[in-house]
Amino acid sequence: MQTLFFILGAVALISGGLVVFQPHPLRSALWLIVNFFAVAGIYLLAHAEFIAAIQVIVYAGAIIVLFLFVIMLLNLRRPEEAPKLPYIGQKFAGTVLAGFTALLMIYGYTRAQLPAAREMVPGLGNTEMIARSLFTDYLLPFEVTSVLLLVAIVGAVVLAKSKLK
Amino acid sequence: MVVPVQYYLALSVALFALGVIGVLIRRNALVIYMCIEMMLNAVNLAFIGFADYFKAVDGQMFVFFVLTVAAAEVAVGLALIVAIFRNRGDVYVDNLNILKW
Repeated sequence: MQTLFFILGAVALISGGLVVFQPHPLRSALWLIVNFFAVAGIYLLAHAEFIAAIQVIVYAGAIIVLFLFVIMLLNLRRPEEAPKLPYIGQKFAGTVLAGFTALLMIYGYTRAQLPAAREMVPGLGNTEMIARSLFTDYLLPFEVTSVLLLVAIVGAVVLAKSKLK
Repeated sequence: MVVPVQYYLALSVALFALGVIGVLIRRNALVIYMCIEMMLNAVNLAFIGFADYFKAVDGQMFVFFVLTVAAAEVAVGLALIVAIFRNRGDVYVDNLNILKW
């Protein structure tokens, strides 16, 4: 199980690095699919089967397809003709800042006092547990989510209309 | 053999840092969006790791809501990028300086 975690983690990190450091946006989007699938595999290892399925459907399916559509609609410049970074040392400074962010998070995690892990309770499957929780404890957020999605749909349509009157 | 929660957190931190690097050094608005998605994914990974550690379903519920918000955000954000491209003919964030004095 740990070996599988290390393999999937390595795949996630390498594909994530290729998303960031690889000049063509289309290839970045395709590597992002690999990244999402690797993370979905890790969700499976963590006994979150429903979330893994949702991750593949929503992220690797819907979101990446949306990205690819927009990339093809936009007629981007070739990577060689893309504008250069405006400041000298921007890559270095960005990497240092990101490393600092990571150090801050590691510091926070190492200071945290974790309670002991709980024992596995046998019984319901993952999807059934989520469904129960969704329609009891998290009913209000669930309903608010539907309003959020409606707002997003209307907003996307209004923004993408060619002429605003 | 169960995977310790620290491994999940380490991978989550690494993925989040990669996303931060991407947002800071890439100038294409689309790639910046992809890196933001990667950072959201890293946070989800931490939630799932803790949900597995505590054997509680609440972490997975949060991931569910983060996924929904991410989907809505991408729809609106990509519509914005398309609208900006129509107006300015460019998606490179350094050229979008119309608000700069």
